[in-house]
Amino acid sequence: MGEAKETTYREAVREAMREAMKRDERVFLMGEDVGHYGGCYAVSMGMLDEFGSERIIDTPLCESGFTGAGIGAALNGMRPIVEIMTVNFVLLALDQIMNVAAPLLHMSGGQFNVPLVIRMATGGGKQLGAQHSHSLEGWLAHIPGLKILTPATVQDAYDMVGLALADPDPVLIFENALLYNEKGMLDTQAEPLPIGKASVARSGKDVSIFTYGISLFKALEAAKTLASEGIDAEVVDLRCLRPLDDETIMASVRKTRRVVIVDEGWKSGSLSAEIMARINEQAFYDLDAPMERVCTDEVHLPYAKQLEDAAIPQPVKIVAAAKKAVGS
Amino acid sequence: MDIELAKKFYRQMVLIRRFEEKCVEMYSKEKIRGFLHLSIGQEAVAVGVMHALKDEDTVVSTYREHGHAIARGVAPERVMAELFGKAEGCTHGRGGSMHLFDAATRFYGGWAIVGGALPLVGGLALADKMQKRDRVTVSLFGDGAVAEGEFHEVMNLAVLWQLPVLFICENNLYGMGTALRYAESETNLARKAAAYGMEARQVDGMDVFAVAEAAQKAAEEVRDGLGPIFLECLTYRFRAHSMYDAELYRDKNEVEQWKKKGPLVVFQKRLEEEGLWEQIGADAAEKEAESTVDAAVDFAENGTLEPVEDLAKFVYSEEVMHG
Amino acid sequence: MSEFVMPSLGADMESAVLMEWKVKEGDPVKKGEVIAEVETSKGVIEIEVFETGVVEKLLVEPETECKVGTPMALIRAEGEAAAEAPEAAGEPEAKSEPEAPPAEAPAEEAPEPRVSPEPSAEVRASPAARKRAAELGVELSELATGPEEVVHLEAVEAAAAKGTAAKPEPEEKAPEKKADEVPKEEVTPKAARKKEAPEKKAAQEDAMRQAIAAAMSRANAEIPHYYLSTPINMTPALEWLEQRNAGRGIRERVLPAALLIRAVVKALEHVPELNGFWRDGAAQTSESVNPGIAIALRRGGLITPALLEAQTLDLDGTMQALDDLITRTRSGKLRSSEMTRQTVTITNLGDLGVERVYGVIYPPQVSLVGLGRITEAPWAEGDALCVRKVMHATVAGDHRATDGRTGALFLDTLNDLLQNPEKLQ
Repeated sequence: MGEAKETTYREAVREAMREAMKRDERVFLMGEDVGHYGGCYAVSMGMLDEFGSERIIDTPLCESGFTGAGIGAALNGMRPIVEIMTVNFVLLALDQIMNVAAPLLHMSGGQFNVPLVIRMATGGGKQLGAQHSHSLEGWLAHIPGLKILTPATVQDAYDMVGLALADPDPVLIFENALLYNEKGMLDTQAEPLPIGKASVARSGKDVSIFTYGISLFKALEAAKTLASEGIDAEVVDLRCLRPLDDETIMASVRKTRRVVIVDEGWKSGSLSAEIMARINEQAFYDLDAPMERVCTDEVHLPYAKQLEDAAIPQPVKIVAAAKKAVGS
Repeated sequence: MDIELAKKFYRQMVLIRRFEEKCVEMYSKEKIRGFLHLSIGQEAVAVGVMHALKDEDTVVSTYREHGHAIARGVAPERVMAELFGKAEGCTHGRGGSMHLFDAATRFYGGWAIVGGALPLVGGLALADKMQKRDRVTVSLFGDGAVAEGEFHEVMNLAVLWQLPVLFICENNLYGMGTALRYAESETNLARKAAAYGMEARQVDGMDVFAVAEAAQKAAEEVRDGLGPIFLECLTYRFRAHSMYDAELYRDKNEVEQWKKKGPLVVFQKRLEEEGLWEQIGADAAEKEAESTVDAAVDFAENGTLEPVEDLAKFVYSEEVMHG
Repeated sequence: MSEFVMPSLGADMESAVLMEWKVKEGDPVKKGEVIAEVETSKGVIEIEVFETGVVEKLLVEPETECKVGTPMALIRAEGEAAAEAPEAAGEPEAKSEPEAPPAEAPAEEAPEPRVSPEPSAEVRASPAARKRAAELGVELSELATGPEEVVHLEAVEAAAAKGTAAKPEPEEKAPEKKADEVPKEEVTPKAARKKEAPEKKAAQEDAMRQAIAAAMSRANAEIPHYYLSTPINMTPALEWLEQRNAGRGIRERVLPAALLIRAVVKALEHVPELNGFWRDGAAQTSESVNPGIAIALRRGGLITPALLEAQTLDLDGTMQALDDLITRTRSGKLRSSEMTRQTVTITNLGDLGVERVYGVIYPPQVSLVGLGRITEAPWAEGDALCVRKVMHATVAGDHRATDGRTGALFLDTLNDLLQNPEKLQ
């Protein structure tokens, strides 16, 4: 065990990448403006100077081209980290992700695995308008062959880079853009919680709130409010959307029998729907009330602040959902 | 004229031709299902290009890749077994005609999205460059792919980053059912690559010797670090795009004209001109091809099916596959 | 000799039309040569022959549609004698290849019919509450405080903690099958009676009374009832039944109750206005005749599960269905559809000695048929007086939906059927 120090989410990610690149010369970072600009969200600030332009590569604006290049490099002995500036641009690389990276191991009869890491900023709430405010991590979690990570805490922001690089298959990491400035404790020596394990951020007995990413903090805030009203909420940080940690989820449902899911995607056909389906399949008889969920309203996010805030999950909505679930 | 080399070229082209013809029969009898895209007429490109490569080079192709795979060294029986969907196939029956993969010969597919594998090509070459390896990545694709955005992205990246790629464009004048002139504003495809600052050349894709020579030269230059090269091979497919195609988009006469200058015809004429045709042993080559193809069919027929219980295998790696 | 068959040219090709033969019988052919033109959905395609030889016979005329795999011609191989009987083709037909079993989903169990544990399946309760109630033998219907209320786990546990009796009827089908139910049914009431204090039993009965009181009050208040009654000479029917039962094993014998139900059902087919509902200010007749059969429960109380689709059952079928219904009612294995889909109710208090039954209709039904005790009574036949087995049948009708004429017609029909019991087969 090392010492935990306070740092920002951004610095945790940077630290993790730096450590990985120092340890393993196969690791390199590739994406738009990661080098000279220092990274759109300043995550890779200073890394060009430290590692040089052969390992910190500024790409042209060609998501499909450089994501595919990342796949090819991973196939051929490197350990690339591809940074797609935000999840909003992943659509341009979707064919490479869904038709090349995700199926290759299965499609080649087990011959070719793709040890690729793709990092993306995600989420709305910054008044960036419809085309820059998507939360598509739940949508991408539909695809077999991929692993989908959503670090919420500073510790996970650090740990997940290493976990992803060690994984022999394609891993997508979603960093909510509003988290980069958040401070938290980081212990670089701590044993990381593996991919596929959720974490109980707050233990409780009256209702289970399942969530991920920035919504974790909204849920924890809601839990405080609920506690003051005599409702003891359990908050579970999913950490990984594919594979989902069914075991932890069902154990929580068995304990509290009431469920709220907070998912920043649109609710129709969303990750929250998937979790509800699984709870129906695995823990139906433990439920004491219908499951609730708080998702983004079915609109493309508008620019005006009051509209955008009203559309995305907020602590007050989570509180209301929890109360409905417990029947008060 | 290196007669041994010429014999090798002939044997390989005949083998591919008879293999593809057998595929027609097997497909008609429903042994092969799904989509089947044959390279009859384009044998000279496969044989000439693969001749220029070393074992450690990398090959990425498309869905019309049987000839490429066989010329590269994937055993015909493993290709046929793959087409029959058997576990003994090179892709364990999971890929079929469009997804031949073989790690041993560094044959990285078999891809069904037109242009979809081009970015991957860039990455494979990037890794070689980063690891300072002396390898060439050969990317085979058709005239149709040139319209896709991915083509342009990788052209740019390849030149920008000086990636060791040999781009082989098999221009057979038709996308699926659309003639090149209906698809491209600029039908001289080498000029497109040149517009990105890439060294771009054209060669007669029906002449295996011309293709081999051009590919050899280009591969050496790429290997020497002189940057990517684009080689447009002018060729033609004698059969339809796939099995289920009435060829409403082209004239029968045009096909007949091209058959008269097909790779086997061109080869024979050339050898006859040099008085060396007898030495080629065409009959022996035919017999050998027939027996190889028949054996491949037997192998495929007697193959086994991957158990259904293994369906979920290889979604994720069970262990690290390569370092 | 080998067969040339219609080739498969595509995954979605099922057949093609032969347009033109490019060869005649007797023509030599070479491998790879075009032998015919066929028309497909994608246009005309040339098809080729895969061996070298001679066209022995053309089996199909032009303009004929052939499925993939249909033999179209016979090809005699080079060097083969002309008169040889057709051999099996060198390549096995596609069908003979060991076919992979179609990718099956892992063996699915037939979905188990959901069985509600207790008669009052209209109670809304959470899955956890239901499960717990079944485990503890708590009667959910007693816990629902109103039709919109949901019973939660807490209420069940509280009720159990207060020590209400375990139900005699065993539980709903949980995923694991429970052990043999019947002995448990015997055991539990005794055990329960041992444990429960008299006040608690009274409290439970009181709750049920309250529920019945509420329901009946509502029915009586809302529905304008009319009542009609008629005596029916049951002697012919009973004699007929006795003869029919003679020579049958015990299991095949039909009880009078089944005969009566069959008669009511058949009479309702003739007078469908009495089989249905009054809803939203209008009468709705039902195509299905699902009579609720009043069945007494051992622990007291009456339940009226439906004999579903009785109109499709003949007399033997009615008997079997009735037997099954009573068995399942007593063992608590009724289906929720049986508890909610009654279209009419038949109440037969005759075995208690009541002569006539004037019942209260269960809304939203529009009638209730009452059948009294069968007694020996004086009966006039022609000019003479005799003694016959007589039963009084009554009908209570919702005057909004029907009037006395309808009720009378029904009773008339019922009587007629029972006088001609062979019509009830």
